[in-house]
Amino acid sequence: MLNKDFEVVNQDYQNMGKVSSQIKKMLLEIGFDPKILRRIAVASYEAEINMVIHAYGGNIHMDVDDDGLITLIFHDLGPGIPDLTKAMTPGWSTANEKARNLGFGAGMGLVNIKRVSDTFDIKTSPEGTILTISFKG
Amino acid sequence: MKIKDLKNISQFNFKNIANEDIEISGVFIGDLLSWVMANGKEKQIWITVQAHLNVIAVSLLKEFSCIILCDNTSCDEEFINKCKEEQVNLILTSCSAYECAKELINLDL
Ligand SMILES: Nc1ncnc2c1ncn2[C@@H]1O[C@H](COP(=O)(O)OP(=O)(O)OP(=O)(O)O)[C@@H](O)[C@H]1O
Ligand SMILES: [Mg+2]
Repeated sequence: MLNKDFEVVNQDYQNMGKVSSQIKKMLLEIGFDPKILRRIAVASYEAEINMVIHAYGGNIHMDVDDDGLITLIFHDLGPGIPDLTKAMTPGWSTANEKARNLGFGAGMGLVNIKRVSDTFDIKTSPEGTILTISFKG
Repeated sequence: MKIKDLKNISQFNFKNIANEDIEISGVFIGDLLSWVMANGKEKQIWITVQAHLNVIAVSLLKEFSCIILCDNTSCDEEFINKCKEEQVNLILTSCSAYECAKELINLDL
């Protein structure tokens, strides 16, 4: 039903969250329930931020199928997550000083994404991290 | 309780009022953005000391009714202009988060 790609630029702190806003707007226009959009907004914002502050940017792909299943794929360009178990632990963060000063680095992003999404899959290697989440609309 | 009902609070400086008829659902205080993302609810007033463009993105995604920058937190022109552009209600104040909360509780929020 709908397919779209968005670029996320490495270390572009000014525009962080822009893609997530666009995604939310597009899904609202299609007519999705505000409730599910709020969950999607939380997940996509956290994932988008991670691509900017922890990775070298990348691509976000959105797919909406005919049954209303919304799939979001966050594909960054590395450096990957060395220890996924640690990364998924609430409160664990490697955010640098700059990110922390802006209010990032609570170590809650991935946990939040997992909590609000219906499916959650993460694959990571030094070449990049691919996070795939979906929502039943 | 609507945004316009906050106008009687003398310490609140209404820097941008885009929609004064939004019904306020409550108050959320926090500066850690992923904590705010996780626990904030739509139509709440958000009290924070963070004043950069990402705060506006969070406020829009969470559908907050207003941002209050407490503790004399200053913000630049770019921040104010972005609030105008995105129609985000913005209040500046010298009150601490605690003092803001007291004022809001006095209004039965
Ligand atoms: N896309 C990514 N690429 C590389 N490392 C990542 C990526 N996403 C997360 N991480 C690693 O996992 C850790 C935990 O991520 P998470 O989003 O949960 O917390 P955070 O980003 O540090 O803080 P918060 O999201 O609460 O602001 C990060 O500190 C980082 O080390
Ligand atoms: Mg994060």
